[in-house]
Amino acid sequence: MNWPRAMLTDSGGFQMVSLLHLADITEKGVTFQSPVDGKPMLLTPEESIQIQNRIGADIIMALDDVVKTTITGPRIEEAMYRTLRWIDRCIAAHKKPNEQNLFGIVQGGLDPVLRDICVRGLVERNLPGYAIGGLAGGEDKDSFWRVVAQCTALLPEDKPRYVMGVGYPLDIVVCSALGADLYDCVYPTRTARFGTALVPEGVLKLKHKAMAEDTRPIDPTCSCMVCKNYTRAYIHCLVTKDAMGSQLLSYHNLHYMLQLSRDLHSSIIEERFPDFVRGFLQKMFPEGDVP
Amino acid sequence: MKFSVKTWSKSNGTTARTGVFQLGNCPQIETPALLLSTRKGLPHFISPDLLPSLPLPDSSLLHVSPLHFMEGISSKTISSIGGLHKMLGLHDFGFVAVARDSIQCLPECSATNKIGASFETPCGRLLIKPADYMRLISSLRPNLWATLADEVPAWVSKKRNQTSVDRTAGGVAFGAIVGGSDIEERRRCAQEVVKRNVSGYWIGGFGFGESTDERPALLSAVIGSLPKDGPRLISGLGLPEEVLQGVAAGIDLFDSSYIYHLTIGGFALTFPLHNKIYVSDLKKTGMGIYQTKINLKATVYRKDATPIVESCCCYTCQNHTKAYINHLLNVHEMLAQILLEIHNTHHYLGFFRSIREAIKEGRFEQFREMFIEKRRNHLAEVAVSA
Repeated sequence: MNWPRAMLTDSGGFQMVSLLHLADITEKGVTFQSPVDGKPMLLTPEESIQIQNRIGADIIMALDDVVKTTITGPRIEEAMYRTLRWIDRCIAAHKKPNEQNLFGIVQGGLDPVLRDICVRGLVERNLPGYAIGGLAGGEDKDSFWRVVAQCTALLPEDKPRYVMGVGYPLDIVVCSALGADLYDCVYPTRTARFGTALVPEGVLKLKHKAMAEDTRPIDPTCSCMVCKNYTRAYIHCLVTKDAMGSQLLSYHNLHYMLQLSRDLHSSIIEERFPDFVRGFLQKMFPEGDVP
Repeated sequence: MKFSVKTWSKSNGTTARTGVFQLGNCPQIETPALLLSTRKGLPHFISPDLLPSLPLPDSSLLHVSPLHFMEGISSKTISSIGGLHKMLGLHDFGFVAVARDSIQCLPECSATNKIGASFETPCGRLLIKPADYMRLISSLRPNLWATLADEVPAWVSKKRNQTSVDRTAGGVAFGAIVGGSDIEERRRCAQEVVKRNVSGYWIGGFGFGESTDERPALLSAVIGSLPKDGPRLISGLGLPEEVLQGVAAGIDLFDSSYIYHLTIGGFALTFPLHNKIYVSDLKKTGMGIYQTKINLKATVYRKDATPIVESCCCYTCQNHTKAYINHLLNVHEMLAQILLEIHNTHHYLGFFRSIREAIKEGRFEQFREMFIEKRRNHLAEVAVSA
């Protein structure tokens, strides 16, 4: 890849949730039906760590047993305990503990008792960092932030907390307020490919007919290459039809996310975080209808 | 616009020439030169922030088809933005507007009539009236534009008002010369256009499947009727051999979709740019070195950790391997097309540079013969070993 900056690899665990009809999860690992040739593939904690060791990223993720938060019942408990058993297998399989940081992932669905057990179990293993997993799957926002708050309260103060699959700018602001540090999400680039730009007011749908005559930049307050050079009208004629439209919008959306992170960071350091959040919410929900 | 011929080929059998071409705010460029093909003014895949990584000034001429702007954005909006340069944020580039783009906007001769020219486009079949075309040109404000080609011979219909070129659009106008595969028609069309108030000539009607044998006669019929010091632009000649044919006939500017088609097919250009091949290279790779291109989707590249062309200084070859591009193609990542378009553009601009050097050094005919000979031998070898 010739990428000179930091890199993180996932374990392949998320595919269990997104391709569930192809997966059979046992104590050994996850059996997939390969989407390429239909042959059965087994992904074990050992194999996942081995592959991640070879890829060589700075942060690698443990293979966890993920379940959708919309599922209820004993499956969630089974998955949580299995995640703890698997973290030991991951730790044992990890050949480069001094070069690559293995993060454990907290599971347990929306159940505070299960989450508590999982956090304590992972913290005992003294890992370099911890992820909060199993969220960002369609659960209601109230349940979502409660789980995040609970986990960040219990996880060590001096280690990174990574909320996987988050997310929407608002969710990132909220999770940061709750003490999370790292995020990942396909949202900025996926929404770009559908013609949607991220702006302080929320979203701007460039596909909309009204954009065809709009000679303003996507976001007049944004300093990215796209907003400095292109009008909504021009991008409108590109989106969903030309690869360049996806590129330009992705560029802007990623810039927006990076700027948001930078702003969150500096507002915390400069001790004006609450003001920043208030300003952010005001722009996005001028009528005060914050979810 | 400024254009002047610098080197005339002295040998027989060729009317190749080099020149110096200066358009708008662009730096001076040497001809024969290649116009880079665009989609709505921007490259198909190379993002605007990566454009400066292409060799300058060679890469500063962009071909734009006004037909790309027939929907999605109105002439009025384009005007209020201020034209192509402002709309695209490319102030130091030269835009050459030609209706045909050889990719999506193809002339549909059977439907062209007295009212306008017909094209098959992604928006369906469009009949472009000269007045609409001029309105679009006026709002786009390209540095140079070709008049709309009439398939009906110019001397037949006076009602079309084509005899005087509308100058209100500003920019430099090139007269369009067409005429199919009839030598006489071609000659007459050229002679008519020469009478008009144009600064150069756009030669259309090639690259539609006419045989390479027919072409030289048609080209020389057209070019023979044109003033020696006027710049000539041709559309539809894209393959290396076709470019060489065009250069030999005296063409100065080429607009082609070759790079685009290579790129979307997963191909990368690899043919050597110089005739000086080292014996060691030949021994290493055998005749394979004269392969025009490679298909990076092929499994043979899965583990090839070398750049596409060892000596190439483009971003792609300096930073990535064939194996990586093979992977990107397999997982359908757009980065593959971006990297390929960068390399292919770089390589093809290098080919044009070699052509200019050969003309300046008085060895163009040899250059051309050697090039064709080596490719023919390579293809023969491949055929034998298959």
